[in-house]
Amino acid sequence: MGTTTTQKIPSVKERPGVAIAVLFATLLFADLLAKLAGISLGPFGGALSMARLSSNLWNGLVVGLVIGLAGIGLSMTYSILNFANFSHGDLVSVGGFTGWGVAFVVAAAGQEPLGALLTVRGAGDVSPGDIGAHILSTPVAIGVGLIAAFVITALLALALDRAFYKPMRDRSGISLLIASIGVALVVRYLIQFVYGAQSRGVTGTVDESAFAFPFGLTVNAHQLTIVVAALTLMAAMHYVLQETKLGTAMRAMSDNKDLALITGIPAERVVAATWILGGGLAGASGYLYVLLRETIGFDFGWLLLLLIFAAVILGGIGSIYGAIAGGVVIGIVFTTSTIWIPSDFNEAAAFAVMITVLLLRPEGIFGGVSTA
Amino acid sequence: MSEGSTDPDSALRVLLDAARRSDLGLVLLTLGLVYIVATLLTFSDGLDSVVGLLRTLTFLGLVYALSALALNLHWGYTGLFNIGVAGFMAVGVYTMGIVVRSPDPAIGPPGFGLPLPVGIVAGMAMAALVGLLAALPALRLRADYFAIVTLGISEIIRLTLQSSTFDTFLRETLSIGTGGGRGMGMPSNPVRELFLVGGAANNPTALGELVFGTLGEGGLGIANTILIRWAYVFVLALFVIVFYVFLERLGRSPFGRTLKAIREDELVADSLGKNVDLVKIKVFMIGCALMGLAGILWFGSQGNVSPTPQFMPLLTFYIFVAVIIGGAGSNTGSVLGGIVFATALFEGPRRVGSVLRDTIDAPTPPTFADAVASLSPGQFLAYATENIAPLQFVLLGLVLIFMMHRRPEGMLGGRIETAAAVDLSRRTRGGEHDE
Repeated sequence: MGTTTTQKIPSVKERPGVAIAVLFATLLFADLLAKLAGISLGPFGGALSMARLSSNLWNGLVVGLVIGLAGIGLSMTYSILNFANFSHGDLVSVGGFTGWGVAFVVAAAGQEPLGALLTVRGAGDVSPGDIGAHILSTPVAIGVGLIAAFVITALLALALDRAFYKPMRDRSGISLLIASIGVALVVRYLIQFVYGAQSRGVTGTVDESAFAFPFGLTVNAHQLTIVVAALTLMAAMHYVLQETKLGTAMRAMSDNKDLALITGIPAERVVAATWILGGGLAGASGYLYVLLRETIGFDFGWLLLLLIFAAVILGGIGSIYGAIAGGVVIGIVFTTSTIWIPSDFNEAAAFAVMITVLLLRPEGIFGGVSTA
Repeated sequence: MSEGSTDPDSALRVLLDAARRSDLGLVLLTLGLVYIVATLLTFSDGLDSVVGLLRTLTFLGLVYALSALALNLHWGYTGLFNIGVAGFMAVGVYTMGIVVRSPDPAIGPPGFGLPLPVGIVAGMAMAALVGLLAALPALRLRADYFAIVTLGISEIIRLTLQSSTFDTFLRETLSIGTGGGRGMGMPSNPVRELFLVGGAANNPTALGELVFGTLGEGGLGIANTILIRWAYVFVLALFVIVFYVFLERLGRSPFGRTLKAIREDELVADSLGKNVDLVKIKVFMIGCALMGLAGILWFGSQGNVSPTPQFMPLLTFYIFVAVIIGGAGSNTGSVLGGIVFATALFEGPRRVGSVLRDTIDAPTPPTFADAVASLSPGQFLAYATENIAPLQFVLLGLVLIFMMHRRPEGMLGGRIETAAAVDLSRRTRGGEHDE
């Protein structure tokens, strides 16, 4: 917008908002240290066990990686296609449902009716215990499910692009944003139509699936699976963007579209790749999110969308590393904010962090490098 | 107002103007069509259900028209992409509830116990204030960032109202409350007391006796409660007219032309010496106050409000769809869009679905998988019509996409929007009102 000033070297006088935010963060950190040490000075300090803090941080990291994974795709469509894609959350849901449908079939085909398995227990009378999907008992099913989530969501994202977004490539970001709200409605309620509106549990239980770590931290097998899977996918994404010709073309497109077109980059092919990679990662993250929460509902991705936006904005739109880091920050804000505020405000706290960053540093906390 | 407009049009003149340009006619025609279809769908169930359905449709049409008009001021006039409408409505409704509720109620959270008009004004003022707090920093942002910030704010508002901790905090400090997730009972509707003394069901006033005796249970046989609700619909219609006249006049004032200039090109408006930031803040606050009022008239009349099903972001998108269908920037379009959205897209499909379901002679499969497995088109249709609710949202999404593809300017878009203070076309026709 015309009224914003260009960035100069920030001083306290020029940017009082940043100074206040930094001061506030320092205060919170000092308070956290005081709490850990068990010092109490009026409203300051209190008591907090290392175990609680470490478990908050760990849970934040796990959920943050899932959000960050979903954020990569949102960030890519934002920078390459220039619009805020409100249907991204519902791609996350698609990955959850289709991936778990496939995982169930692999885990229990032959023992339970196929309809119940494919619809993730939407039909029939099958309990999660009957299917018994768990990383320790049915690792192959969980793995195949993850791949299926990626592939099916990627194909759907591509199909949605061909049907709905391609005809309006040259339109403004706001028009595309509004169209994406329409796409979100279509996808979300087709999911409800097919899989039903009921929220339900998915994973089976296995004895001794949790491991003890130092600082009183307990980590369960699914959390470990999520971290490993998310980091692997992120590393693969890093490789594609940095080492392949396609990745270079994508980075060029997001950096300067006109320049990229002049140099002969096949724009439509890059756009297709963006949807495949971004949609696939969204699907995978939805699958992993269900593994984390152990329940699934038709609109879980939509409810997650604002947190994903928060992660992307925090990291700076266009940067996949920013999205990952932003996801982890949002995840940790989400879980550790309960140390200071009641737990019914933790989501609000994450949104508040997002709004603060947008206002003080719209280019993202990591400097807004819009390449890669 | 002094330097630009020739003579401030009287409210009546604006109305007559609307009728002459057949805008009012257009709205009435749409409403008439809706009534005919609705009557055809339900006439076999008797007069009572026809009148009841018409009431529901008109009520929804009018509340969506009110909300769409308020949003049109932000999005259509000024180009502010506010997708936090639900939050501002919630602020209006809850403030009204807290101000009006008795300090010592039998059930639910306590309030201040002030008269209803005070509550309504307070609700609008609070919505405007929250709008100011949101606008001060956020208006400097790009349109899409602004959208995300307003969505975030509306979610923060909803989560705050939802929180039992916030409720307890208010009770302890100000001895008022929000009711948390259980929600809050709304004050009784004064329209009801026009017909019933003290709102008690068996004690009609003189007006009540007259109406109930002729149209109601003592005459034509329409349920008395439906008649009282119809009376409220007329109040809503009055508010739609007030909103319309207010926004039309605002749009034609120099202030309104500045808004449109900002929408078209902010930089140009800035360069021409308009205080863009101040104008945006003002218009954002006015719009938020109107959203608060629309929320009060809508949800405040429905007995009980609770944050989570009612003030989810989906509500905002409904209102957006209404504005987009009608055509952003056109007030008549907003009214028309509200009516078309509420009847044809929101309430219509489920009615049509249930009528269709009765014509299909097949058992309803319990789930989609069973419907597919049955391999019978009849059973599949039975499942689809029984579960029309999700399909209705799919239709809504498709309509939205279709509008963006084919007709982004809406039903009434493509009209020439006069930016001049005087109507130029009128002058060429000989002009009856020029200086």
